[in-house]
Amino acid sequence: MSDLRDLYQQVILDHTKRPRNFRKLEKANHKAEGYNPLCGDKVTIYLELEDGILRDISFQGSGCAISTASASMMTESLKGKTTTEAQALFECFHDLVTGKPGSGRDAPDLGKLAVFTGVREFPVRVKCASLAWHTLRAALEDHQEAVSTE
Amino acid sequence: MKQKIRGKPLVYLDNAATSQKPQIVLDTLLRYYTAQNSNVHRGVHFLSEQATKEYEDARNKVRRFINAAEEREIVFVRGTTEAINLVADSYGRQNVRAGDEVVISAMEHHSNIVPWQMLCQEKGAVLRVVPINDAGELLLEEYERLLTPKTRLVAMAHVSNALGSINPVRRIVELAHRQNIPVLIDGAQAVPHARVDVRDLNCDFYAFSGHKVFGPTGIGVLYGKATRLEAMPPYQGGGDMISSVTFEKTTYNKIPYKFEAGTPNIAGVIGLGSAIDYLTSIRLDAASAHENELLEYATNAISQISGIRLVGTAREKSAIVSFVVDGLHPHDIGTILDQEGIAVRTGHHCAQPVMDRFGVPATVRASLALYNTREDIDALVSGLRKVSEVFG
Repeated sequence: MSDLRDLYQQVILDHTKRPRNFRKLEKANHKAEGYNPLCGDKVTIYLELEDGILRDISFQGSGCAISTASASMMTESLKGKTTTEAQALFECFHDLVTGKPGSGRDAPDLGKLAVFTGVREFPVRVKCASLAWHTLRAALEDHQEAVSTE
Repeated sequence: MKQKIRGKPLVYLDNAATSQKPQIVLDTLLRYYTAQNSNVHRGVHFLSEQATKEYEDARNKVRRFINAAEEREIVFVRGTTEAINLVADSYGRQNVRAGDEVVISAMEHHSNIVPWQMLCQEKGAVLRVVPINDAGELLLEEYERLLTPKTRLVAMAHVSNALGSINPVRRIVELAHRQNIPVLIDGAQAVPHARVDVRDLNCDFYAFSGHKVFGPTGIGVLYGKATRLEAMPPYQGGGDMISSVTFEKTTYNKIPYKFEAGTPNIAGVIGLGSAIDYLTSIRLDAASAHENELLEYATNAISQISGIRLVGTAREKSAIVSFVVDGLHPHDIGTILDQEGIAVRTGHHCAQPVMDRFGVPATVRASLALYNTREDIDALVSGLRKVSEVFG
């Protein structure tokens, strides 16, 4: 059970049950859709971008506990950040969940997102954790086509 | 089957994806590669003759197993998917024209949707889909209504891989034949569980995969009535499918060889033959009865867990229990069950239209085989209770 508790930490379960910023953003000027064909997870990310700063960010969609919590926590941690900071955080998060050596709990800039460390023990779930982030990147770059994890 | 997964005994409930292999099949493969390996239908030497004999013996085993009239009606392919593609590519391209229609059902696996979609797109034909009810049963009256003079082919699952529903195949064939429309049956989920008699069903084509009936991967069967197969153009060109070749003109071989271009999956065919020997020796009828009893046990046990909704509750059902749990995503359930050593499938089961029909993104699917036991079901049920603990 210890691996499971690492994967499904309380904070993750909390965000799954009560996702933050789960709404359509009326003032959004950037938007992208992401899809994980393997499990049917869908997410839409809305951004209000002004002078290179993420004034507001929200999401909608349906997915598993990991993908919902990841999207929810991502929106919380990115509000007010610059696009450069967001890209850097994407890299950091990606390294964390894929288990890149040197990344991990002590990664200072990830803050609360470090709870996703447990995902690295579940390779098939990495896509769940990173779907929202890939979609965020597409929204920043204004991709028209839906992002797929495959 | 004896191995431990994450320290727990393996509970394998993903048989609709692929079955585990009996020892006799593994032994046969090893024996073939160790002592008999050579190419078929070519050499005059001892090994080649022996391999050819075993290969053709396996064809006869398949013929008997599904009660086909003749051996030449058995074409070896890679699997159900290739069998359906063969018919779409050969029969379909020869017979389907702009404005024509192909009829499938709302419970098809992607492999019995996409080949027809591709064909219809190429020819400007129309794909018609027979709807299903909330239990996951085919609406026969709707089916009858969709059969028109424009219909060139009906392609339908014998048993749904996502719902377990058993379709009334004989009736489906009968209704189509009244209007001289040929019928292809996707038998991938039927053959492992119950005796199939293609002459009794009277279908024109029947497709199934070796790896789901305890045989190796990469081998499957297309049964086709001889008259149908003879009238069809080849599927792929190459060696073995010809009787003579010049640069000006090639004469094709007779059936089934016309459809078996290139060196076939010899080991796969011989392995499939031995899987059929296995099924014959244990008596498939007895296995069916055991599975039905287990399905009832599993259905009762699972539906008693609070928050669970079964997806697919047809009266006629095969060894599949598909379900969703309130507020929980199947993927999370699958991960937690896996920690308990329990293998189930979670996802859309290559049947996205079925998921859409039931308004779910995915389901958890426990699929049974003859070697499963009540203890396996009990383990699944206690695994599902653990899921509620984690998410409690």
